[in-house]
Amino acid sequence: MEKFTAFESWVAVLPVDNIDTDQIIPARFLKTTSKEGLGDQLFFDWRYDADGNPRPDFVINRPPGNRAQVLLAGDNFGCGSSREHAPWALTQFGFRAVISTSFADIFKGNALKNALLPIVVPAEIHARLLKMLEADPLAQVRVDLASQTLTLPDGTAVEFPVDSFAKTCLLEGIDELGFLLKHEAEIAAYEQAHPAPVDTLSVKLDA
Amino acid sequence: MSQPRTIIQKIWDSHVVCQPPGAPALLYIDLHLVHEVTSPQAFDGLRQRGLKVRRPDRTFGTCDHSTPTTPRDLPIVDPIARAQVEQFEKNCREFGIPHFGFQNPRQGIVHVIGPEHGLTQPGMTIVCGDSHTATHGAFGALAFGIGTSQVEHVLATQCLLQAPSKSFAVRVDGRLRPGVTAKDIILALIAKIGVGGGTGCVFEYTGAAIRALSMEERMTVCNMSIEGGARAGLIAPDETTFEFLAGRPFAPKGEAWERAVAFWKSLPTDEGATYDREVSIDASSLEPMITYGTNPGMGIPISAPVPDPAEAPDAVERETRRKALAYMGIEPGKPLTGRPVNVVFIGSCTNSRMTDLRAAATVLRGRKVSPNVRVLVVPGSQSIKRQAEAEGLDRIFREAGAEWREAGCSMCIAMNGDQLAPGEYAVSTSNRNFEGRQGKGGRTFLASPLTAAASAVTGVVTDPRPLLG
Ligand code: SF4
Repeated sequence: MEKFTAFESWVAVLPVDNIDTDQIIPARFLKTTSKEGLGDQLFFDWRYDADGNPRPDFVINRPPGNRAQVLLAGDNFGCGSSREHAPWALTQFGFRAVISTSFADIFKGNALKNALLPIVVPAEIHARLLKMLEADPLAQVRVDLASQTLTLPDGTAVEFPVDSFAKTCLLEGIDELGFLLKHEAEIAAYEQAHPAPVDTLSVKLDA
Repeated sequence: MSQPRTIIQKIWDSHVVCQPPGAPALLYIDLHLVHEVTSPQAFDGLRQRGLKVRRPDRTFGTCDHSTPTTPRDLPIVDPIARAQVEQFEKNCREFGIPHFGFQNPRQGIVHVIGPEHGLTQPGMTIVCGDSHTATHGAFGALAFGIGTSQVEHVLATQCLLQAPSKSFAVRVDGRLRPGVTAKDIILALIAKIGVGGGTGCVFEYTGAAIRALSMEERMTVCNMSIEGGARAGLIAPDETTFEFLAGRPFAPKGEAWERAVAFWKSLPTDEGATYDREVSIDASSLEPMITYGTNPGMGIPISAPVPDPAEAPDAVERETRRKALAYMGIEPGKPLTGRPVNVVFIGSCTNSRMTDLRAAATVLRGRKVSPNVRVLVVPGSQSIKRQAEAEGLDRIFREAGAEWREAGCSMCIAMNGDQLAPGEYAVSTSNRNFEGRQGKGGRTFLASPLTAAASAVTGVVTDPRPLLG
């Protein structure tokens, strides 16, 4: 995994509460067996009209949203399914952070595993940032994970919480599976001490 | 005396493998369920690293999401879906994972087949790359959805890096009135706390109304925990649980059964244990519920008027509700009853089990569905399908004019060709009413099987109670 570095960016503004994973990427695109091409399907049903043409006024179809690395969304972003296709679509489009007042649990975990930073800010900061971007859509924010700060266009630095382990993984480019595999001995010891409650291979079900 | 603990803490404590410094705990997973949509990239990851599945004997697969519900002797028409199902079967064979493929007579929705075969048991940790894994919590298991990266982690190590969740007691007292169901309990809870209300929490459902539910009804309640923002929801095991499990293919037998029951009886929350949060609901005050908007929290009693977005607590929420009503094409101020519907869907891991089908059949027996409505009845598994046919339910549905289909997720997620046309309205027994969830531009009212069946008969959104015996 690449290391997550600080960056400055324009902001795509989509201030809707409870944006669910079916909006981030509709289920009909989940029939793929790879991770490729999902960026083009991001927010598909909001982004394209019935004939498949991009709606020119949708935020990520026009500047600066089309080149923003930060998305400003409403409360409870990413609710719904556990599909990791949602963060895959967001990162493939170019997003590296999403700012909201809260995130759905599974989405948050999936995002962090894909170098997409969920930034939680208080409602009052959220509202201020929204106002600043309404006044100047080309204003930029700065995201610095190491110091856990989001710098607003007016220079205000806002601290945001990040799980400390996820932070270490992102900053140092550690992948979780590699970390888990290092604990083989403990896992084997646990298995020794705890017989399986169920053995899925034990019953040959009549076909 | 040790500290009193909740069932959530007990299961957590007994599954922590180790606690590395500065990292979340390694949590051991007893049962990992896989399906065709969220697993292919995980299997690819294993191949890239040259890893095996650590415990195929604790893993089980089925195809369901992109699986057609047309007769099984027909091939899968959609080439992309077919490739996905074939890849799934190939991956399971290659890695030695027992599974129900497309043609298997026991195939079904992943959250239906686990309990049905006794794979789901109290006290277990269960995960699946699917947010409705919470369904298995009905048995007193800690069951939650994971993303594809974590599917790969569990395949490779049988563990997850996991921080404990907060505990949230949901107390449902009183007694449900006739015509009011488990689905209405959970829709009422979500309407009360909102779709983000349980974020960071695991629900424990308690109280007399929960105890009175059958296992199938408990699954309906736990299923939609995620719609209330919680990753998991569970119900302590009791005699109802044991009775359901006894004799199922993977349930323990003989002496092992006695030992298991003794262990299961130690799981319920200790007297004096505390929760991080609590809410209570009086079941006897509930009416059949229905959703009017584009998230499951936008639910109302069926006789109540659709609320005015102007009354929402803040500006963004006002905007969200306005957008929802615009998408749904409905005006606030009036109840939904009497609104024409195009489709009725009875199915999904929320409501596709025998009790759900029987409930729908009580309404449809001897009646005809409205000529303006397409009605799909989709059993949760092929085993349920056979059982329903043995009871003659298929005839009741067919004679009423409903479609009786093969098992799968179907119009819950609209990945398999069963979908709404743009602008169409559906009364659906599934769990999500998000924009486009049941087909691009489709509009969903979530409700119980009784309400869905009643609406099928009249062709408009209908309170089922006057139609019940
Ligand atoms: S029935 Fe619906 S909610 Fe349940 S597993 Fe299938 S797609 Fe998911």
